[in-house]
Amino acid sequence: MQRRFRSALIAVTAFAVLATVAPASGQIKVAVRIAYLEQQVDLPPTLSNLDPLPEDLGLAGAELGVKDNATTGSFLGHDYSLTVVTVPPGEDFLAAGRAALADSSLLVVKAPAESLTALADLPEAAGALVFNASAQDGRLRDADCRPNLFHTIVSYGMRADALAQLMSKKRWSDWALVEGSYPGDTAFAEALRTSARKFGLSISSERQWVFDADMRRNAAQEVPLFTQTLGDHDVLVVADELGDFGRYILYNTWEPRPVAGSEGVAPRAWSSVVEQWGAAQLQNRFEDMAERRMFSEDYAAWAAVRSIGEAVTRTGVAEADALRDYILSDAFELAGFKGRPMSFRTWNGQLRQPVPLVHPRALVALAPLEGFLHQRSELDTLGLDAPESACRAFGE
Amino acid sequence: MMRTILAASLLTLAAPAGAAEIWVSNEKDDTISVIDVETLEVVRTIPTGERPRGITFSQDYSRLYICASDSDTVQVMDPETGEILHDLPSGEDPEQFVLHPNDRHLYIANEDDAVTTVVDTETRKVIAQINVGIEPEGMAVSPDGKIVITTSETTNMAHWIDTESKSIFANTLVDSRPRHAEFIKEGGELWVSSEIGGTITVFNVADQSEVAKIRFEVQGVHEDRVQPVGFEFTADEKRAFVALGPSNHVAVVNAETFEVEKYILVGRRVWHMDFSPDRSLLFTTNGVSGDVTVIDVAALEPIKTIKVGRFPWGAAARP
Repeated sequence: MQRRFRSALIAVTAFAVLATVAPASGQIKVAVRIAYLEQQVDLPPTLSNLDPLPEDLGLAGAELGVKDNATTGSFLGHDYSLTVVTVPPGEDFLAAGRAALADSSLLVVKAPAESLTALADLPEAAGALVFNASAQDGRLRDADCRPNLFHTIVSYGMRADALAQLMSKKRWSDWALVEGSYPGDTAFAEALRTSARKFGLSISSERQWVFDADMRRNAAQEVPLFTQTLGDHDVLVVADELGDFGRYILYNTWEPRPVAGSEGVAPRAWSSVVEQWGAAQLQNRFEDMAERRMFSEDYAAWAAVRSIGEAVTRTGVAEADALRDYILSDAFELAGFKGRPMSFRTWNGQLRQPVPLVHPRALVALAPLEGFLHQRSELDTLGLDAPESACRAFGE
Repeated sequence: MMRTILAASLLTLAAPAGAAEIWVSNEKDDTISVIDVETLEVVRTIPTGERPRGITFSQDYSRLYICASDSDTVQVMDPETGEILHDLPSGEDPEQFVLHPNDRHLYIANEDDAVTTVVDTETRKVIAQINVGIEPEGMAVSPDGKIVITTSETTNMAHWIDTESKSIFANTLVDSRPRHAEFIKEGGELWVSSEIGGTITVFNVADQSEVAKIRFEVQGVHEDRVQPVGFEFTADEKRAFVALGPSNHVAVVNAETFEVEKYILVGRRVWHMDFSPDRSLLFTTNGVSGDVTVIDVAALEPIKTIKVGRFPWGAAARP
């Protein structure tokens, strides 16, 4: 309660100050230092080489966010800088984290869940603001949450709920589920099971993808037989988060059924096919800068940096604790090019946001879909709601 | 049959010069639909450059300026013939503009470039480029021509430009995604709409201080979807009509008390609007439904929906 009051006060004073500010003309009043910290991981090989992951995945989004912030800052005397720290596989991530925290208390991080919690638990991180821009694990928004850890990437649960809403609307209520064997596949599959229960859908059969044959040559022989064993279903849902085998399932199924999940109609934080709600401008800016399309991790890093920028713009300060208060207050809103204002959940630090459901050529729908209601915000029909989350680190 | 022919010929007789029109740019059709204010029918459809958005007439209505966003140019059209006379250098991705009261200088928001470009329509040369915030969109000019406003969608500011020095003299923060700006009270007051913030901020121009914040509440529509965009004032400036985007309503705002008096149901994703020259009718562009709603200004009731092209965006009246 006290916190809320304080943030409201900050917002009001900040407005009074900023509203009368003349152009800064070179005079720097607030310096905002952001660190982008990435732990590189070795990814398993995928069958197809068609879609290599960009090396600057995530980072490019942070860079664009800093550019966006800097333009606004130039009118207010706010200067933004971005330090990039990349930790190769197997090297000491926490040492790099400590060094980054010595320089800045505003971190945007691309790292696996266990590294994120370890980083947030460092004594040096106590007063810092750490933004998770890549890990979709539900537990980070649940029992393993941290008071200094915010999430701009959507969770597996938010994506699964988005898909379940679309499936409900289409009345594709009987699913067959095929999951890969990597940890991300397992986590997304588990989120899909939870969402199916939540929205009253059923999963009538499940199979693990275990083939080690080269599907580029024999998908047309193997996949029909494999999917024949799934029995009757409305839609085939695939959990293949690395993009390993899912692409070979489409149009090779025994039954003529749509494919959804990691392939086919896919729920994503962002996709280059999003063009409404002014998104074309963001896509253009990104492509001009990075010379490639914008992906979910880019979007999450952009949203993290922009959240910092929005809070600095409105409060006129760069201290992490004041920014945290503002970000969690009712006054905070981020225009994220997805049709409605986005804000942070006060119970677990997750950025509430619409989830586009896309195929490679177009947007199919934007979740929350019409008709899925919530007493607070329709956006809270996606992912862990306050009563469901075991996160207590944020208090009230 | 006879009557139809008669009616048709009467129409042709009534139609030439004289008949007031509403010109509507169709963003996704690369055309302009011309609506006859008497018959409330589309009487002409004219091809334009790519992705036409902002449109405005010269003071004597002998020229139409068109922001052809994806052609990266401002086109100049002869409204009589529909012929494109020439292009103006506009900077990249021109979205919206205002014509200075001198009838000569166009101030253009270059959405992809974070720049406001000033073009002399006579010499057809760029005379200034002013760095503004990201995604500039809303443009307004004070009646005395001394101040031009550019709003920037991602920077969330109104930038106050001194037209003499062609430089910014003030920046004021508004709520998220400012879209449109208008001066009233002989330039004494400025209104700026914020789409994602869901508000209109009213400024006292003399010291750029905030006078009021107008909020909207449409019954049965979640507040996130009530998104103010374009707006226009009645001739006496006592009322403003505010397009509320995906809430599919136009708000009628008392411009003295800042209270919302009524919400009028229109087509889907209502964007911009203009009055008939006598200000008795208001025409709103409804992007998603691809039509124009005609509102009776005295009765505050919608009276007709007119199908136009895909994604109608801007509207401009021609007497």
